[in-house]
Amino acid sequence: MTTQQESPVSAVISIQVENESGALARVIGLFSGRGYNIESLTVAAVDEARRQSRINIVTTATPHVLAQIRAQVERLVPVYRVAVMTGREPHVAREMALVKVIASGERRADALRIAQAFRAHPVDASATSFVFELTGASDKLDAFIDLMRPLGLAEVSRTGIAAIARGAAIL
Amino acid sequence: MNTASHQTDLKPHAAGTDTSVLSGAEVLLRVLAEQGVEVIFGYPGGAVLPIYDAIFRQDAIRHVLVRHEQAAVHAAEAYARSTGKVGVVLVTSGPGATNTVTGLLDAMLDSIPVVCFSGQVGVPLIGTDAFQEADTTGITRPATKYNYLIRRAEDVAPCVHEAFHIARSGRPGPVLVDLPKNLMVGPAPYSEAPRVPHPSYRPQTEPGRDVIARAVAAMKGARRPLFYTGGGIINAGPEASAALRKLVEKTGFPCTSTLMGLGSMPAGDRRFLGMLGMHGTYEANMATHGCDVLIALGSRFDDRVTGRLDAFSPGSFKIHADIDPSQINKIVQVDVGIVGDARRVAEMMLEEWECTPANTRQPIDMAQWWHQINEWRKTDSLGFVQDKAPEAIIRPQYAIRRLHELATATGRDTYVSTEVGQHQMWAAQHFGFDKPNRWLTSGGLGTMGYGLPAAVGAQIAHPDALVIDIAGEASTLMNIQELSTIAQYRLPVKVFILNNQYMGMVRQWQELLHDSRYSESYSAALPDFVKLAESFHGKGLRATCVGELDGVIAEMLAHPGPVVADICVAQDENCYPMIPSGAAHNQMLLGPDQDDEISAEGRMLV
Repeated sequence: MTTQQESPVSAVISIQVENESGALARVIGLFSGRGYNIESLTVAAVDEARRQSRINIVTTATPHVLAQIRAQVERLVPVYRVAVMTGREPHVAREMALVKVIASGERRADALRIAQAFRAHPVDASATSFVFELTGASDKLDAFIDLMRPLGLAEVSRTGIAAIARGAAIL
Repeated sequence: MNTASHQTDLKPHAAGTDTSVLSGAEVLLRVLAEQGVEVIFGYPGGAVLPIYDAIFRQDAIRHVLVRHEQAAVHAAEAYARSTGKVGVVLVTSGPGATNTVTGLLDAMLDSIPVVCFSGQVGVPLIGTDAFQEADTTGITRPATKYNYLIRRAEDVAPCVHEAFHIARSGRPGPVLVDLPKNLMVGPAPYSEAPRVPHPSYRPQTEPGRDVIARAVAAMKGARRPLFYTGGGIINAGPEASAALRKLVEKTGFPCTSTLMGLGSMPAGDRRFLGMLGMHGTYEANMATHGCDVLIALGSRFDDRVTGRLDAFSPGSFKIHADIDPSQINKIVQVDVGIVGDARRVAEMMLEEWECTPANTRQPIDMAQWWHQINEWRKTDSLGFVQDKAPEAIIRPQYAIRRLHELATATGRDTYVSTEVGQHQMWAAQHFGFDKPNRWLTSGGLGTMGYGLPAAVGAQIAHPDALVIDIAGEASTLMNIQELSTIAQYRLPVKVFILNNQYMGMVRQWQELLHDSRYSESYSAALPDFVKLAESFHGKGLRATCVGELDGVIAEMLAHPGPVVADICVAQDENCYPMIPSGAAHNQMLLGPDQDDEISAEGRMLV
C-alpha cells in the first residue's frame, strides 16, 4: 500500500477471545476474507471462569499488513486483546508433534537413537511401529521429521504453535 | 456515533428481573420498545409467526410491510440515516434471511446502525436441513458488525439489548439476531439492558489530547491546508456537522467532502469545494493534490476518492481521524492518526486551535492558497450546456439542477435518495445539500435498487417531508416492487427517473474503456413508467423535452401522493469530470473533448 517496500516476516498473532460460538469463525473468516495467510492455527479455552479462549495464528506478512491484521482483529466484537509477536518481540513459541514411524531392524534402532537425541518420547510402540511425541520450536520439529523420513516416517500430526511473551509482560 | 449520548440505555441491573411469564416474542417486543424502537420494516413467514402474532397484539411499535426483504434493510438504513436512530428489520428464516444479505453488507460498508431480526427453525431442528433453514449467522458473519444465534430463552432479552448497543456505538453497523421459533413461542425471562454489554467490546470514542495537539500544531503551520471529510461526520450526528462548520470557519481552511459526507458542510459555503474523488470537482481534486496539510475527518481513503494511490496528495502532511482504528494507515500512511468520534475530534481541534497562539504561517500564504483555489474554480468543472429550446433534449444535469431549484422553492425539508450509477453522481454534483442526514445513497457497496426502498424508510421517518428518489431506469427496476409498499402506506414519495435507456455508468465505462462495445448495457423492453405508476395507484408523469421539464417537476412536487416522473434524458451523456482509473487527481478528464488514453493498468481497476 505504501511506497516503501517492506519484506514479509513471520509472526505469531495471539488473540484472547470471548469463548463463544462463532468467535473462531469470525477470526479465520477475517483472515480468508481479507487475503491474509494462515500457516498454523491453535485454539483452546484458557480461562474457563472468565470464558476466554486463546487463538494463536502463524502468518507471514509485511509489518504494514501485520499492523492491519492486528487492527482488524482487534475490532471484532468478541476479541479482548491481540499480540503480534515477530522476531523483534521476545517470545516463546512451541509446537507439539506426534510422529508415526513404521520400521524394523536397523532403521528401527536408528529412529529410536535419533528420537533420544531430540528428546522425543515414544508414546506408543508396536512390533513394527513407534509414535513419538516431540515438543519444541517448529524448526526442531521440521528437522526431526526430515530425519525420520528415510527411516519409515508414516504419518505426522502437529498441533500448530502456542506462543507467549517472555518476561512479566502479559497479553 | 457517540456512545456517551446513549449511555442512558445501559441501565444497571434492576432490583430484580421481571418474572411475570412472557413469551420470547413478547420479551422481544418489550425490549424493542425499551430501546426506543418505533418502526419495524419487515416481511412475515413461518419462523416468525409468533413474533408477528405479538406485533398484532400491541400498538407501541408500527410494522411496515415491504415487498422484499432486501428492501426492508434499505428502508431501515434510510430511516437510520435520516433520523440518527437504529433501523430495525424483521424477516423470516431461510430465504427471508438470505434476501437481507445485500442490505446488511450495504449497511456495513456505509456504517449504518441497523438491527435485523431473522426467524430460525426451532433449536432442536437446527442442523437438520429443515424447511426454510439456513445457516444465517454463518452467511451473514462477514456482512455484519456482529451477529447472534440465540439458543436459550434467557439470552433473548440481554442479547437484543446488546445488539442495539453494538449497532449504534463505536463505528455503527448492522447487527443480526437469529431467533429460533421455539424460543419465541415458549416463555422467556425479561431483563433490562446489562450494565456491561459485551465485556470485550469497548470502542474508543474520546480522542487523545496529545494527538489532537500534534494535529493542530501541523494545521497552524499549514500554508495550503485542506479538510477532507466523510460519512463519519454524518454518523456522529448533526452536532458533528455543527462542530465541523465552526472548525472550518475558525481556521479559514477549505473543505472537501466524500460522497458520504455531503451535507456536513452547506453546499453553497464559500469554503466548501464540493465533492472530491472520481467524479469530484476540479478544485476539490486539485486542492487534494496540492495541499500541504490534509486533515481527513471520518473518511477512509476509499479507492473512489484516492485514484492512483502513489500519486494521492503527494507530499502532504496527513492527519486522519476515524472512530475505527483499523482505518488508520490502512490505505494511506498518515503522519498523525486520531482514534475518536468525529464530533469530539472536531470540537477538540477547535479548542486546541483557539488556545494555541500565533500561527507560524503568514496570512499571505492562505491568501495565495485561496487565490489558487479560486483559479481552479473558474474551470467550472460541473458546467454543461443545455439547449433551452422547448423541443431540446433534456440533459440529466439540467434536470437535477431544476429539480433542486424547484424543490428548494417549496421551502420543504427535503430528503434525497438515489440508486447507483450516473444519476447518483449527477445528484451528488448538482443537488446541493445544506444539512446533514438528507442525502441517502449507497456509497461503499454501490447497491443498485437502494433508492426506492430508502425513500420508503425516509418517508416513514419524516411523513411531512419531501422525499425524492433520484433514480436511473435500470437501478429502480431492481426494487420496483416497493411501489406497492408506497401505495399501501400512501407515502408521497417522488421517484424522479433520469431515463437514458442505458445502464449509464456501465455504458460510459464501455465507451471509455472498451471502444464503445455496449455489451448488455442497453435497457431493452422498459416498462411504460407512467402506466407502471398508475397500476401501483400513483401518479405517472413524463417529460421528453426541455419545454416539458419544469411543468412535470412542478406537478410532481405539488401532488400530495406518490409520483413516478419519467424524465427522458440524453442517452449518450457521460458523467464528468472524471478521474479515469489508474490516474492521479491532477489528471482529470473534464469533458468528452479531452481524449486521454486510459492506461492498460487502469483498465484492470474497477
